[in-house]
Amino acid sequence: MALLGLLDREPSHGYDLKRDYDAFFGRERPLPYGQVYATLARLTRDGKAVVGDAEPGAGPDRKRYTISETGKDEVETWLAEPIPAEPHFQTDLFVKVVLSLMLGRRAEEYLDLQRAAHLARMRELTDVKQKGGVVDTLLADHGLFHLEADLRWIDLTEARLVALAEAVAA
Amino acid sequence: MSAINASSAVVAGSTICEARNVVLSFGETPALRGADLSVRRGEVLSVMGPSGSGKSTLLHCLAGILVPDSGEVTFDGQRLAAMREEQRSRLRRDRFGFVFQFGQLVPELTAEENIALPLLLGGMRRGEALASARTWFERLELDGLERHRAGEMSGGQAQRVALARGLVAHPDVLFADEPTGSLDSLTGELVMSLMTTSARAEGTTVVLVTHEPRVAAYADREVIVRDGKVTAAVGASR
Repeated sequence: MALLGLLDREPSHGYDLKRDYDAFFGRERPLPYGQVYATLARLTRDGKAVVGDAEPGAGPDRKRYTISETGKDEVETWLAEPIPAEPHFQTDLFVKVVLSLMLGRRAEEYLDLQRAAHLARMRELTDVKQKGGVVDTLLADHGLFHLEADLRWIDLTEARLVALAEAVAA
Repeated sequence: MSAINASSAVVAGSTICEARNVVLSFGETPALRGADLSVRRGEVLSVMGPSGSGKSTLLHCLAGILVPDSGEVTFDGQRLAAMREEQRSRLRRDRFGFVFQFGQLVPELTAEENIALPLLLGGMRRGEALASARTWFERLELDGLERHRAGEMSGGQAQRVALARGLVAHPDVLFADEPTGSLDSLTGELVMSLMTTSARAEGTTVVLVTHEPRVAAYADREVIVRDGKVTAAVGASR
């Protein structure tokens, strides 16, 4: 959907779409070219994009893609839809704490290690914010708020460990 | 300047402040139960922990504002308990800077006079002190507020003035106790960013008490205070 959305700005070559996708959405996981062209082929097949005539030159980038009315409608609908607000009920964090208690291990030690790892990642993201532009800040903030939510959970869980240990032992 | 200045061993990474087995109670209520903490010269250290854990009390002991019932606090290798109150007071004025949750500016003074205050108390001439204070307005994005009083500034502006006041005398250590506690997220970030950038540029050590992970993330490393004791957080620092 991100590629189709980028195509909604203006007719583009696959190369332009990949470059912009990587710059905004794929910083840690750039999109392989193969996937770009496979997606564009699928969008064309499904009537969401229209491929122009081949332009002079070599390679697959000779073709310029244009979004269709169907494609525009799909982007419009997708942008207006909230994504499911899913609480992650069964995270690894939760499983590790419960299993530690079941196995008679010290869950506090695991929680301390996890807290330190979360804080270390938060420092990295704060660095990104301080050195980067507003797009970096937005991305880093998203990560920071999620990590902070985990940390609150870690703190509360630590305060509830005795009760939790009794519950899982029962 | 105090005699302590002459003995300063300016070695980055060496210990500048230390608390060893510090115990302090308020009446029957224990606040610190054997707290140990070593602060390295030039680092930004965050002291985290739930409310009531003793983190602010520890900061006050390190800064020589509170004297422990037992245990030892040192600054630059010198025991604070061995100093007379007057010496500790001079130490706080000449070597330490402070930023608290609510800027605590003097309401009758203008922003530039508030910033100049530590210099004036240290005996600097008024004109010189105000000139030095004015150099902070651009750095802290406060241009145009030189003559404003505390009541004429937003919370974020007042807190940046308080930050400038904390740093203007080039202290060895800046003690910051929940410096963003009364600010919204964006303003808090601006204050933290300016604080850490300025302190690092000046080589000032920062001891930052906070319960907010997003604020602590501006530090080089963190320790956690629980039930009056310090737990060093495991893991890599910045």
